[in-house]
Amino acid sequence: MSYRPPLEDVRFLLGDVLDFDGRVTGLPGQAESTLDAVLDVLAEAGTFCANELAPLNLPGDGAGATLGPDGVSTPAGFREAWRTLVAGGWPGLTCDPEYGGSGLPHTTQVVFEEFLCATNLSFATYLTLRHGAYHALRLHGSAEQRDRLLPLLASGRVAGTMCLTEAHAGTDLGLIRTRADPDEAGGYRVSGTKVFITAGDHDLTENIVHLVLARLPGAPSGTKGISLLIVPKIAADGKRNGVTCTSLEHKMGIRASATCVLTFEDAWGELVGEPHGGMRAMFTMMNAARLSVGIHGLGLADGAYQRAVRYARVRLQGRALGGAARPDLEADPIIVHPDVRRALLRVRSQVEAGRALALWTAIELDVAHRHDDPVVRAAADDLVALMTPILKAGLTELGWEATSTALGVFGGAGYIRETGIEQYVRDARIAPIYEGTNGIQALDLVGRKLPEGAGRLLRRFFHPADAWLERQRGNPTLAEFVDPTTRAIDTLRATTLWLGERGASDREEAGAAATDYLRLFFLTASCYMWARMAAAALDPQATCTPAFREAKLASGRFYIARVLPEAGALAREITAGKASVMGFPEAAF
Amino acid sequence: MKIAVCVKEVPDPTAEKRIDPDTKRLVRSGENTLNRYDRHAIEEAVRLREGAAPGAEIAVVLVAPASASRTVDKALAQGGDRSVHLADDGLSGSDIVATSRALAAVLARDSYDLIVFGQQGSDAECYVMASAVAERLARPCVTQVAALALDGSSLKVKRQVETGYETLEVSLPAVISVSDAINEPRYPSLPAIMGAKRKPHEVLSLADVGLAAGDVGVDGSRTHVSALSKPPTRGDSVKLEDDGTAAEKILAFLVERKVVA
Ligand SMILES: Cc1cc2nc3c(=O)[nH]c(=O)nc-3n(C[C@H](O)[C@H](O)[C@H](O)COP(=O)(O)OP(=O)(O)OC[C@H]3O[C@@H](n4cnc5c(N)ncnc54)[C@H](O)[C@@H]3O)c2cc1C
Repeated sequence: MSYRPPLEDVRFLLGDVLDFDGRVTGLPGQAESTLDAVLDVLAEAGTFCANELAPLNLPGDGAGATLGPDGVSTPAGFREAWRTLVAGGWPGLTCDPEYGGSGLPHTTQVVFEEFLCATNLSFATYLTLRHGAYHALRLHGSAEQRDRLLPLLASGRVAGTMCLTEAHAGTDLGLIRTRADPDEAGGYRVSGTKVFITAGDHDLTENIVHLVLARLPGAPSGTKGISLLIVPKIAADGKRNGVTCTSLEHKMGIRASATCVLTFEDAWGELVGEPHGGMRAMFTMMNAARLSVGIHGLGLADGAYQRAVRYARVRLQGRALGGAARPDLEADPIIVHPDVRRALLRVRSQVEAGRALALWTAIELDVAHRHDDPVVRAAADDLVALMTPILKAGLTELGWEATSTALGVFGGAGYIRETGIEQYVRDARIAPIYEGTNGIQALDLVGRKLPEGAGRLLRRFFHPADAWLERQRGNPTLAEFVDPTTRAIDTLRATTLWLGERGASDREEAGAAATDYLRLFFLTASCYMWARMAAAALDPQATCTPAFREAKLASGRFYIARVLPEAGALAREITAGKASVMGFPEAAF
Repeated sequence: MKIAVCVKEVPDPTAEKRIDPDTKRLVRSGENTLNRYDRHAIEEAVRLREGAAPGAEIAVVLVAPASASRTVDKALAQGGDRSVHLADDGLSGSDIVATSRALAAVLARDSYDLIVFGQQGSDAECYVMASAVAERLARPCVTQVAALALDGSSLKVKRQVETGYETLEVSLPAVISVSDAINEPRYPSLPAIMGAKRKPHEVLSLADVGLAAGDVGVDGSRTHVSALSKPPTRGDSVKLEDDGTAAEKILAFLVERKVVA
C-alpha cells in the first residue's frame, strides 16, 4: 500500500488529546458520533483513498482534464471512483440527515479530506467544491431551494462550483462585472465571463450547480453590490443552460482538476438570499472552506513524508558518519544520515502539529455549529475565526515546504516524473493561492481578527492556553515542553502588543508585518499543540502504544529544538518595522 | 434461508507478524481487523440475498476475544444482519481442533442452510477450518469455491483445484469456503458502517453453547508448539540490474533451471 492513512495519530489526537467524545459526541444530534464510530468510518474512508484514489493520481496528472465538444472529461478511472463514492454515501458524510446525509461532525470531514488530498488532490477538488456549494445553499438558500437542491448535492449526483474570480477581479471582488438581469418569470439572466473556476465542467455528475457572484441592475459599486446566484449547467427543462466551458487552463499542478473559463450567456439563474447580499453569504461559509484548503497542504505534506521515509529506508548510499550501520550491505540506507533525518523530521514534526491544530479547530467548528448554549457557540466561533487564516496559510505553506523537502530526500530520482513525488510539489503550490492568497490571509489576521472586539478573538486563544500551561507548571517531566511553549506564547503576546500599537495608527506597518506575524502565530500555536500532545502521550490513561508514545515525544522534541527557534527570528523581523520594506524606492524595483 | 458467515479477527496484515517467544503464539495485541478473505465470504452471502435467496438472513459468527467488537461491526457493515460472538477467556490458546469445536457448538444452536467461510485466515494461513467444522456438524463441505449458483435446495459450485475447476452440486444444508477469486467485495457504505452498531449483537460464553473449559483453549487443543525457528535463508538468490539485457538473463536462468525449455 503506497499510503497509510494516519489513523493511529487521528485516534490519539481525538481520543487522548482533544477529548472528542466529551466535546463532540455530547452535541445535539451527535449521540452516534462516538470516537469508535467515527474511527470505523474513517478507517473505511482511508482504505478507499489508499486503494482507489492513490493509483489514479499519477496517471491523472499525465492525462489531465480535457476539453472536447461535449465539455470536460476527467481522466480514466475518476468516474468509477466517483460512482463508488456516491454508492457508498460518502459525499453526504457531514450533510444533514434531512437531506439524505449521514450528519457526522465536521471533524470527520476534515480527516476524510486529509486522506483525499494525500492520495489525489485533483480528485478531491471535485468533491470539496460540491461540499462548499452545499453549505452555501444550506445557509442562504430559501426553504424551497434547500429542499430541491441539497439532497442532490448531498448524494453527489450533482456537483457544485464557486464562480467568483474574473480576469480583472481576483482578490478584489468588488471589481466583478458579471451581470444578472431579472426576467419576466422571476428568475435572472446571467452574462459574463468567470475564470479559474475549479470543477467548472466535468463528466462526474448529471448536473452542476454553479454559485455565481454577479451584479443586479443598479447595484451599488464595490462589494456591497454583489449578489449570489445559482446557475445550473442543465436547466429545469432538461436543456443545456447558457453556461459553457470555453477553455481549460494548462497548469503547474492539479492537472486532473478542471480549471475552467466559464462563459455565461443569458444563462438562467435564481437569486440566493437577498439582493446585494452575495459577499456576506460568501463570508459565512469562508471558515470551513479555508480550513478545507489548509487541509490540502496537510494531506500533501503527509503523503510526501510517507513516500520519502519509504525511500530513505531502501536507498543505499554512503556510510553512517559514526560507522557502518549495515555492514552486510553495500552501503547504508540514507535514513542514517543526519541531514536526511533532519529533513524527514522537519516535515514530520510540523505535520503532526498541523494535524493537531486542524482537528482542534475542526472540533471548535462543530461546537460553534451545534452547541445548544449560544455563549459556548460564540466562544467557539471566535476561536475558529481567529485560527482560520492561520491554518489556511500555515498549512498550505507547510504543504509547499514539506513536499519540496521530501523531494530532496529522493535526490535525482525526486526530479523524475515516474517517482511520483514531483507531482506533490506541483500540486502543493496552488493551495497558498486560491481561497484567498496567503498574503490576504495574513491581512485578514492582522487587519480584522486582531482588532475584532478589542482583542476578544485573541483572548480565546491566549486565555485557555495560559490556563493550561499554568496547570502543568509543577510537572517536571513535562517541563521540556511546557517551558518553551510558555516562552513562545510570551513572545507572541509581546509581538501582538507591538503590532496592536503600531498597526492601529499605521496600516502599512500592519501590512508589512502580516505574513511574518501569521507564521509566528502558526509556529506558536503548533508548539502549544506539541505541549498538549506530549502531556497526553505521557498520561498513564493514554490509549496509545508505547512505540507510538516514544515516537510522539521524540518528534515533539525535534520541533521544540529545531523548528520553534524560527519564532524568535520572526519576532525580530516583525518588530524591525516597515521602514526597510516601504523605504525602498518603487522606481528602483 | 439462513446463512452463517464465519469470520475471524486477525492482526493488521500491514503490520509485521511477531511471535511471542514465551507463549510461542502470534502477538495479537496490536491493531486487529477483519480477516480480508472473509470479506469475500460475506460478499457472496450478500449476493445470494440480493439474488437467488431474497430475504435470506445473514448471521456473522465468530470465536474471538470480547475486544473484537469493532471487527464484528466491520463484518456487519459489509452486509451481515446480526452477529453471534463467542467470547470467553477460556478460548485463548485454542488450536484448530478446539476452535472448530467451539464454532460448531455455536453454529449448532441454529439451523443454518448454508455456512460460508473464507478460504484461509491471513494470520495462521490454515485453510482447513471449513472442513473441520463441516466434519463436526456432519454436513457436506466444498472448499475453494470460485463460483456458485443456488438452485432450490442445492448449490451448484465451481471449485478451484490445481488442475482447473471441478463442477459440483451439493445439497443444503452445507458448508463451503469461498476462494478470494469468487468476487470483488464492495466497499461498505457509510450508512452501513454507521448502522452496524445498531444491528443485533449476541455475545455468548462457553456455558451458553454447552462447552466446558477443558473442551477448548490449551486443554482442548491437540497441537502443541514445542519450538520455533526461522526457515533457513535461501542463499542462491540472484539480483539483476536491468541494463537492457535483463529479459534474456532471466530466460537463460529459467532454461538452466529447466523451468522453461
Ligand atoms: C488552479 C486555480 C483554481 C482556482 N479556483 C477558483 C474557483 O473555483 N473559483 C474562483 O472564484 N476562483 C478560483 N481561483 C482564483 C483564485 O482564487 C485567485 O487566483 C486568487 O484569489 C488570487 O486572485 P488573482 O489571481 O486575481 O490575484 P491578484 O488578486 O491579482 O493578486 C496578485 C498578488 O497580489 C497580492 N495582493 C492582491 N491584493 C492585495 C492587497 N490588497 N494587499 C496585499 N496584497 C495583495 C496577492 O496576494 C497576490 O500575491 C482559482 C485559481 C487557480 C489558479
